[in-house]
Amino acid sequence: MASADSENRPSDHEAIPQAVKIIVAGGFGAGKTTLVGAVSEITPLSTEEVMTEAGYGIDDLSGVESKTTTTVALDFGRITINPDIVLYLFGTPGQDRFWFMWDELAEGALGAVVLADTRRLHTCFHAVDYFERRGVPFVVAVNRFEGSTSYGVEEVREALDIAPHVPVLMADARDRPSAKEVLVRLVTHVIDGRRPAMSG
Amino acid sequence: MSAAREHRGARATGDEDGGPRGRIRNRHWGRGHPTSEGPSAGVRPGDAPAGPLVRPYTITKGRTRPSAEGGGLDLITIVRAVEGHGERPRGPERQAILDLCRRPISVAEISARLDIPLTVVRVLLGDLITQGAVRTRAATPMTKLPEKKVLQAVLDGIRRL
Repeated sequence: MASADSENRPSDHEAIPQAVKIIVAGGFGAGKTTLVGAVSEITPLSTEEVMTEAGYGIDDLSGVESKTTTTVALDFGRITINPDIVLYLFGTPGQDRFWFMWDELAEGALGAVVLADTRRLHTCFHAVDYFERRGVPFVVAVNRFEGSTSYGVEEVREALDIAPHVPVLMADARDRPSAKEVLVRLVTHVIDGRRPAMSG
Repeated sequence: MSAAREHRGARATGDEDGGPRGRIRNRHWGRGHPTSEGPSAGVRPGDAPAGPLVRPYTITKGRTRPSAEGGGLDLITIVRAVEGHGERPRGPERQAILDLCRRPISVAEISARLDIPLTVVRVLLGDLITQGAVRTRAATPMTKLPEKKVLQAVLDGIRRL
């Protein structure tokens, strides 16, 4: 039974690993790609989604027809967990106008890291709100920046109105052990929250 | 061997704390790819042509939506070439995708490595699936959360980093 996941079908002679993902969210310049890069086994890559449909409310495409496209880039990294599991870390698009990409990112995500920048704490309200509403487990990592006023974890929790069970921790997105710790806290939090099995 | 040279088309991202100007672009396609943090530095609206040099949908023959097979491809659907599949795919892009899929690789990574937008990659992959040239493993659907043993493996894996 233990190896059942690595086999898609009995006839497959080459197994395909299972992919899981973690989302790294936060405001512009909060250090999302830095954090991804600190733990990723590859230099963070960037992929593009070209949006051709009008009607997302911000760009007025009337009269421009199909030539106008909006391109949104997603930065991501990868950690090969074992031969059967690959973990991808996706940074959210930094601009709110690309919120429509969040649904695709959040779908099936194991959990999320909200990177808080204490110089601009308000920039992660949106992320916190989104994951709460959508029921995606998350932790808040307070990225330390040079010259930033040092707020404590509890101050940030209060300012962002984070529920008591949600971990809030200090982090340095550039530092691999620190970034690792953030991910460990997230996955531990996800496992803890899984105990009452989801019905349906 | 540096990661950037390992695959052509891979575009490294700069430290985002430096803002868009920190971004490293190995190639410029005439459009100025915005980063996830905003538009590219130095490229103002109107500066650049309306699209990349090769319009993405030229290589899909105008199709913007994948076949049924390609429609379910998530960012992290893993794709792998079918060994011993003799038929050559049509077009250099499909061939390039197939070459990357000799080892299991995610849809997002194919897009990034080849610098082809995700929507286009989905269309081309749909063709390859139909052709039987690649197999895929879908990411865990939203309704079915990752199993406990997967989570535990992920936790152990991160701790080993």
